[in-house]
Amino acid sequence: MTATTAHDDHHHAAPKGISRWLTTTNHKEIGTLYLVFSLAMFLVGGAMALVIRAELFAPGLHLVNPEFFNQMTTMHALVMIFGAVMPAFVGLANWMVPLMVGAPDMALPRMNNWSFWILPFAFLILLSTLFMPSGAPASGWTLYPPLSLQGGNSFAFVIFAIHLMGISSIMGAINIIATILNMRAPGMSLLRMPMFVWNWLITAFLLIAVMPVLAGAVTMLLTDRFFGTSFFDAAGGGDPVMYQHIFWFFGHPEVYIMILPAFGIISEIIPTFSRKALFGYTSMVYATASIAFLSFIVWAHHMFTVGMPLGGALFFMYATMIIAVPTGIKVFNWVATMWRGSMTFETPMLFALGFVILFTIGGLSGVMLAIVPTDFQYHDTYFVVAHFHYVLVTGAIFAIMAAVYYWIPKWTGYMYDERLGKIHFWWSTISVNVLFFPQHYLGLAGMPRRIPDYAVQFAEFNLISSIGGFAFGFGQLLFVWIVIKCVRGGKQAEARVWDGARGLEWTVPSPAPLHTFDTPPVVTENTEHSAYLQR
Amino acid sequence: MIAAEDQVKSTNAQTIGKLVVIAVLMFGFGYALVPLYDKFCEITGLGGRTGDQVAELSENQAVDPNRSVKVHFDSNINSQLPWDFEPAETFMEVKPGQMYETHYVARNRSSVPVVAQAVPSVAPGQAALYFNKTECFCFEEQLLMPGEAKEMPVRFFVDSKLPDKVDLITLSYIIYRNDEATSLASSK
Ligand SMILES: [Cu+2]
Repeated sequence: MTATTAHDDHHHAAPKGISRWLTTTNHKEIGTLYLVFSLAMFLVGGAMALVIRAELFAPGLHLVNPEFFNQMTTMHALVMIFGAVMPAFVGLANWMVPLMVGAPDMALPRMNNWSFWILPFAFLILLSTLFMPSGAPASGWTLYPPLSLQGGNSFAFVIFAIHLMGISSIMGAINIIATILNMRAPGMSLLRMPMFVWNWLITAFLLIAVMPVLAGAVTMLLTDRFFGTSFFDAAGGGDPVMYQHIFWFFGHPEVYIMILPAFGIISEIIPTFSRKALFGYTSMVYATASIAFLSFIVWAHHMFTVGMPLGGALFFMYATMIIAVPTGIKVFNWVATMWRGSMTFETPMLFALGFVILFTIGGLSGVMLAIVPTDFQYHDTYFVVAHFHYVLVTGAIFAIMAAVYYWIPKWTGYMYDERLGKIHFWWSTISVNVLFFPQHYLGLAGMPRRIPDYAVQFAEFNLISSIGGFAFGFGQLLFVWIVIKCVRGGKQAEARVWDGARGLEWTVPSPAPLHTFDTPPVVTENTEHSAYLQR
Repeated sequence: MIAAEDQVKSTNAQTIGKLVVIAVLMFGFGYALVPLYDKFCEITGLGGRTGDQVAELSENQAVDPNRSVKVHFDSNINSQLPWDFEPAETFMEVKPGQMYETHYVARNRSSVPVVAQAVPSVAPGQAALYFNKTECFCFEEQLLMPGEAKEMPVRFFVDSKLPDKVDLITLSYIIYRNDEATSLASSK
């Protein structure tokens, strides 16, 4: 068999133990590594969030000093964004994209290994700053100068860690694009690709476009701090506001990097459990593309209060509000997919529905923040905190949870415990709202973000929010247990795990063998996958 | 099969090549934003940057005798700089198109020579374009010997094209210590 000789390099006896994982170039194993790493970082970042919520449980300074509190808010964000959410999506892409497009592996298996193994080192460096004499970064994850430049020498380690994370995600993105563009099975035209693949393709382009800009911005911080340049130093002719422009030129596309793959996941799950084809497939593709395009021209909505000409403020306000249109199309299409479907409510579907409802709440508070005069009121208050946690926790994280429940039988070969999954969903959904909903009111009442202490009139809502925080945080241990239980055993999963599921990934056995699609499948109009698109 | 795989490999290489070029260009774009931003601010007056027109312009300007604009002078001192620094007059009524002169007073409170740099800013942003300084102590570094005090002049005019709705302009300075020049000055 010629295929065997061609694949010689990865069919040899695999090394055992730790070196198997260090040297693996298999997309499924690397996907698993990403997902496990992401789960670990989710717990680390979550522990930091609990330090924050514990300190804010009651007014006054109780547990930690303000400096450490600021380190916690900064590190919580960096760990959750770059350590939990992004690697989880990359892990899902590694596992599922080759299976969904009928490719034997990612386009660049060796680079894939690198891009994962850079990450643990990056986070080792980032987390080690907590134990350095000058401490972890404490100026917020946005690292605004001049404040971020007034810390100690540990700042250099933070920048280096961010560089490594950037390199890792750029390599990951290049790999995903090359896989999607060049490795699709015969007959799988671009408009026959599953939505998850489409959304990841666009996300990967966003990553390549903006991660280098972040790398540039933090490099300027580094040279300002240590090498005497003055990009952001007014005394030397620089301008600190310019940093905010460069940062948010990266930062706004970054928030879509964290949500577009989630849109893809939801667009896979809702049709499966509605037993209908996705409504408005083509409009979904165009909506994703236009969200990606618009993300480049709205950055200054994060900085209305720095003072900008009226014309500029109006431009960024309208451009931002236009994004609600393609996003609205997506929500409409998901609802229309469910309309008259024969729906069932297994855990992945519950998380997907939770996503649709709660993400929309986050989207609406986003529209409120886009309005310049109201933004002047809400800027840097807890309203902003509530907004982005609705889109990131009940948005991105809920979608990741949904994806794990949806595909884990394919990964492990066993069904997860449905009863525990449902408990996890309801526990998380109730507690996450107890956690974040009161923060809207705190913000409207004027409580600033990133403060360790607050005026007594904010006490009740903070108390409620902290109770929700602890309930949500410890509730995720149940998720860890469900995953461990499902890896260990359970009811045997079939190849097509869900009876409404369509797509190539369900044509391989469960668990998916290490090597799949060595001979590419042929996708035609009559095969199930495209039939699924057209039904 | 092998031929097909080789073909995929070479298309992959092409794709990677293009994507790496995009990534490198975007890194450069981050840096290109610095001069772009400066130009943008100069054109729009964003960030309170003042116009850099020259003195002869003022001669061509018709002075509007019926219009008067209030100019507010403000000063801020960076905490690293051991100086006093304040405007001689806090307010001035000016006629657009006419040249005016005022000064700030600075005094070195420390026992060593110190070099400082002042950075101007004009509010509101839309007035910044029309506020022209023809002479300013902020154009160069200022050296003060221990205990020395100095009057530092500013010559300016407000362009007669200043939008009608603006009747108050604030000229604000922040003055910083220039560490490099200071260490040079004290080693002399
Ligand atoms: Cu944004």
